[in-house]
Amino acid sequence: MKIVVCIKQVPERDARLRIASDGKSVDTAGVATEINESDQYALEAGLRVAEKVGGEVVALLLGPDAAEEAIRRALAMGAARAIHLNDAGFQGGDASSAAKALAAAVRQESPDLVLTGLQSDDAGWSQTGVILAQLLGWPSATLIMEIEQPEDGRIKVKRELEAGWFQWITLPLPAVLTIQSGIYPVRYATLKGIMGAKKKEMKKMGPADVGVDGGQVGAAGRKVELKRLYVPEKTAEAEILEGDAATAAASLVDRLQKEAKVL
Amino acid sequence: MGAIWAVIQTEKGEPRGVSYETIAGGQKLAAALGKPLEALVLGAGVAGAAEKVAARKVERVRVIEDPKLDPYTPDPYTAALRLAVEAEKPDYVLFPHTYQVRDWVPRLAAALDAGFISDVVDLRADGGEPVFVRQPYQGKLNADCAFTGSGPRLVSFQAGAFLADDAAKGDASAEIVAQPVDLSGVEVRTQVLETFQEVENKVDLSRADVIVAVGRGIGKQENLGVVEELAAALGGQLAASRPVCDNEWLPMDRQIGSSGQTVAPRLYLAIGISGAIQHLVGMKNSGTIVAINKDANAPIFSVADYGIVGDLFEIVPALTAKVKEARGA
Repeated sequence: MKIVVCIKQVPERDARLRIASDGKSVDTAGVATEINESDQYALEAGLRVAEKVGGEVVALLLGPDAAEEAIRRALAMGAARAIHLNDAGFQGGDASSAAKALAAAVRQESPDLVLTGLQSDDAGWSQTGVILAQLLGWPSATLIMEIEQPEDGRIKVKRELEAGWFQWITLPLPAVLTIQSGIYPVRYATLKGIMGAKKKEMKKMGPADVGVDGGQVGAAGRKVELKRLYVPEKTAEAEILEGDAATAAASLVDRLQKEAKVL
Repeated sequence: MGAIWAVIQTEKGEPRGVSYETIAGGQKLAAALGKPLEALVLGAGVAGAAEKVAARKVERVRVIEDPKLDPYTPDPYTAALRLAVEAEKPDYVLFPHTYQVRDWVPRLAAALDAGFISDVVDLRADGGEPVFVRQPYQGKLNADCAFTGSGPRLVSFQAGAFLADDAAKGDASAEIVAQPVDLSGVEVRTQVLETFQEVENKVDLSRADVIVAVGRGIGKQENLGVVEELAAALGGQLAASRPVCDNEWLPMDRQIGSSGQTVAPRLYLAIGISGAIQHLVGMKNSGTIVAINKDANAPIFSVADYGIVGDLFEIVPALTAKVKEARGA
């Protein structure tokens, strides 16, 4: 079974973000990065399916040179090889143009299953995986919390609904699944994995290599434009209690007793 | 001039509460652009839902009724709305940003080759061109977004972005019209086997008077002791944000937020929780909210009444001591 897992490199959760001088993007200089959280879970899920039924996991990433770090990590975790959609023509897009680039690369691979994270921690559209399925003409299911072994060309998965509800569904392969954080504990890369990753194939590809029209991808293909990125004004400011731990704790207890009257 | 459609999500034949939020957002967009607002209800057995929606201030309610639309699966939903949009050519189609919408509306966007601005928290019109505000980077930043090019424009609103109560009622009930779509040729590839609740919540956090909730900032399971002691000193229940339960540091029935329980205790303490929207929707109606976090810019401070910025491993034990002192324990 061939499984493609789409991953994205994003700033680390705790990273302090600065707006770039264009007012439309984040200044990435010196910002620590990681594989997007739900994509890490997608990778883990893909590796588990491949280990159970046999086959390989191919990591697919769209991003600049700096995203090689995320690819190395995916290879160290166990992906067999990687495709890096890395070209100026892919940059500055939205979910739609990213999905068009990914779809072109997936068509060349013709896998049985494509996994993506539910949504990215940076843009947070929660669209790309589902658009990808439609472009490929494949069925899709989102918010996946469990994957069973494929049987008779169909795969059985558990979807998360809202407010503690879940659903078991089946869908025919090939299919796209978007994975919810928490599906399975994510493995660490072992030292052996990290050493082995250096020898694995990492193919850099541009629009012409995957056979996609440059007008469809990146900034040229986008349908949504980001006009301005800015730090939100805080609507209701909390009263911040200052001082060392003991002083701040004492002020808090005092307010909870006298102002809020909840103690 | 094309209309604005508010697509109504139903559950057991009733409009879901968030659907009124979609109408409220739609009314705001309609006023800003001078376009008519219509509602569209789709499902099977949704005549009652259509009547309820018709009481709100909308030009008309369109109804797509088809047995293939129950239970929900993405293929017939995508096909139904695609056919309706192609026939009627609305300018904007609005949705609530629910889990169900995330499952099929991106498909619809691709099928229509339309732009889709998802998870919107506010909107305004700049010189006739609408601008939609989103909160990328986990809610740390705001982004003003606009559509480029032509074609239908899809928008989903974050829960709570608009208030259901703000969805104005009409003077008279709006007309209800059937929107014919032929789904006979649509293959339903997804098969629903079973819909169920995972665990009976052993802990009903919605009844708790005081909740001490812990987040990713706790670092690891072995560190939970400090917050357990604080919860005990306050006579409160221990709860958590999603990452804590994902890591199995606490069981799922302690989770607060969109995928867990919704609570409104008298006192809520958020410890090491940054305040992603998925968490905030589950606790923002609490009486008094206290946030303890090392990041002064964490979104949790915008819903909190009191905050302490710093290392929770220093602050929480100090707080436990003061609480015990105050309660004479």
